[in-house]
Amino acid sequence: MTWADLLFLLPEIVLSIGGCLLLLAPVIGGRNNGVAAKWSMLLLLVATAAAIYVAAGAGIPSLALGTLFVADPFAVFFKLLFVVVIAMITLLSAEFLEDGRYSAWEYYSLMAFALCGMMFMASGTHLISIYVGLELLSLASYILAGYYKNETRSTEAAMKYFVLGATSSGILLYGMSLIYGACGSLHLEAISQAVATMAGNQALIIGVMLLGAGLCFKVAAVPFHVWTPDVYTGAPTPVTAFLSTASKVAAFAIFARIFYMGLHSLEPDWNSIIATVAALSMIVGNLAAVTQTNVKRMLAYSSIAHAGYALLGVLAMSEIGLQGVLIYMLVYAFANIGTWAMVMLLRRREYAGENVDDFDGLHKSAPLYAFAMVVFLLSLGGIPPTAGFIGKYYLFAAAISAGYAWLAVIAVLMSAVSMFYYFRLVVAMYLKDGAAADVIPSRQVRFIVIVCLIATLTLGILPERMIRGAARSIAPIVNLASR
Amino acid sequence: MTDPLMLTGVSLALFVIVGAIAVASSILVVSMRNPVHSALFLLLTFLCVAILFVSMGAEFVGAVQVLVYAGGIMVLFLFVVMLINVKALPKEKVFTATSMMGVLMGVLLFIILAIILASGTWAPAVNAPENLRTAVVVKTTPVVDAGGATIQTETVTRDVVGNAEAVGMALYRDYLVPFEVASLFLLVAMVGAIVIGKRELDASEEEAIPEFIAKKVSDEDRLKEVTGA
Amino acid sequence: MIPTSWFLILGAILFSLGVLGVLTRRNGITIFMSIELMVNAVNLTFIAYARELGSLHGLMWVFFIMAVAAAEAAVGLAIFIALYRHRETIDVDEANLMHW
Repeated sequence: MTWADLLFLLPEIVLSIGGCLLLLAPVIGGRNNGVAAKWSMLLLLVATAAAIYVAAGAGIPSLALGTLFVADPFAVFFKLLFVVVIAMITLLSAEFLEDGRYSAWEYYSLMAFALCGMMFMASGTHLISIYVGLELLSLASYILAGYYKNETRSTEAAMKYFVLGATSSGILLYGMSLIYGACGSLHLEAISQAVATMAGNQALIIGVMLLGAGLCFKVAAVPFHVWTPDVYTGAPTPVTAFLSTASKVAAFAIFARIFYMGLHSLEPDWNSIIATVAALSMIVGNLAAVTQTNVKRMLAYSSIAHAGYALLGVLAMSEIGLQGVLIYMLVYAFANIGTWAMVMLLRRREYAGENVDDFDGLHKSAPLYAFAMVVFLLSLGGIPPTAGFIGKYYLFAAAISAGYAWLAVIAVLMSAVSMFYYFRLVVAMYLKDGAAADVIPSRQVRFIVIVCLIATLTLGILPERMIRGAARSIAPIVNLASR
Repeated sequence: MTDPLMLTGVSLALFVIVGAIAVASSILVVSMRNPVHSALFLLLTFLCVAILFVSMGAEFVGAVQVLVYAGGIMVLFLFVVMLINVKALPKEKVFTATSMMGVLMGVLLFIILAIILASGTWAPAVNAPENLRTAVVVKTTPVVDAGGATIQTETVTRDVVGNAEAVGMALYRDYLVPFEVASLFLLVAMVGAIVIGKRELDASEEEAIPEFIAKKVSDEDRLKEVTGA
Repeated sequence: MIPTSWFLILGAILFSLGVLGVLTRRNGITIFMSIELMVNAVNLTFIAYARELGSLHGLMWVFFIMAVAAAEAAVGLAIFIALYRHRETIDVDEANLMHW
């Protein structure tokens, strides 16, 4: 441990100290002061973002640390994205915390620790650092999912998430232990060297399969998706936004890093399995979403489908594929948070505002919001002027160039299906006369909707910067994979 | 090595007996109706696994296994099982279609794993097998160089030390940062357990002052009360 | 010395039993105990490999896994208590306000 190492870990150190301070703050009074908690959290996030910039130029850490973590552009990209996403979720959460029934300080502190875990995941190059980060994120998520503890649905959501999450961690760990036995190390580079010489080692392959199953649970891909609709429906809406955006993006960060850095030479052994999982996720997610009348459930199934699309980028094992994953995560985050903000907008009590009917006639009472919702849905569906198109374009192109034309066909067909159910909401907003959904736009939610609207349109119309940024971010990993 | 456990006959008997108990008790864990019985058999499994750890030369992990699992986690389990009125819970349905599927999948998984693991191929050993005692030791020694200045030189050696020492060296050198992260998730667990588990009091309940404090009874009054005067 | 593959197979038995328990049981706490069985199987596998490879790195995992198990136990049992307070049951099928 040297000073350079401390600088290197600065964002994580800032966050964990900040998280502890958030826990201690109520001691000096203001126990129920949700506003103070919100601003403290935002301040912490700004400090973290600054620390990420400082740490990115910190140079190479000492040997002991350097084998476990890196601060390559890939990690920095995801860390910054996490900070932005958590900042938006902080603003979204403010409303339900301000009435004082649920403690805001602990909520934000758990959010900060979850962010810290996601950052460890993004920068970990050893499976142990990835695993501890993942567990930090998961533990905080279980608690956040059950944060409405006076609501039975929220507690049930927490229980289901916990039981299935702990099971998937066990499966993931067993996979890691078999990989350890086969490779003799769990450092991703050591794994990639060892794997290159041992194609067809069955213990290794089953280890990779179990590891993949655990990861598929975390990104909510079929057949490990059963928890998603219930947990997304039962958890408090801002937490749902957190689960479907932040923790999914973090899981894809490690998915991509593990498979691109560690297991790329084993590709012939796992590609057909991942291809099946991707195809099933797209089909099951989209078809199940069509039948839903509850918006939260519909979006949950749609997020399963989005995991399927993003898996195409992992499957392609090419520069354009990895670039596609990064771009897709970025555009998905904005469109998705925007959509959840709209669901929050329509809430009347804890859970109201979540049926398709609640959107009836929104066009008349709040034309700007109705327009924003259309843009978000178009982006999720991947229709050209929005950012979602760029993301899907890259992923589908990667799938075709890697020889998975059939998957690309399924993906395009399923995107068409998804437009069908997204348009049900559009029809409700523009063509139906509702009981004039009583929109109570708080300042924060309005701000988030506008930010996401601008981001989704700008990234869609002027995508060059995003594409160049993604290309720069993937450089270290692609260089390693092509070696 | 002259470890008595290495004598083939003894270690074989130990493995077979302890392993059999572990398997039997874990079968009982998943098949007992009453969670209290399950918990007690789980305790037995943990202890057997701890013995196996020691027999593999990982004494320190074995000790920690007993302390953390048998001592900590199991007590927590039993505590909660007692807190939740087990008798009042509805009876579980055994032998449903889904549970038969579960049994089938478990057995299938075991067969696949056993076939693959029995053939046994693994990475080449770093040290001699059965050596969990080698620690990387960095010694800093001051050396006076030609110019008369004292410089520190580091020598890295691999020493054979006790298992606990070797573990300590690795934990606080190579795995220092994950170790700190472990402290974070323990903190999260603590905060979370309190946040989730604490019963939310109503405002009136929270404000209410217990009767014995609110009713200030002076000693004289108490005396009168007792004596009936 | 006992062959490593024996320990591995013992680990596989415990792991499969854990999976079986998770799939068949409906009582939340028993499911969680089955998960603990799976985690113990992982520990056994890691140590068996660590012994075979003569490397401490496998051994270190066990400490982190134990820490995670302890943390998960605290959180999970708190969630079970909260659920019991709501519904007087910890049966994962009875908890069906939202259908699976």
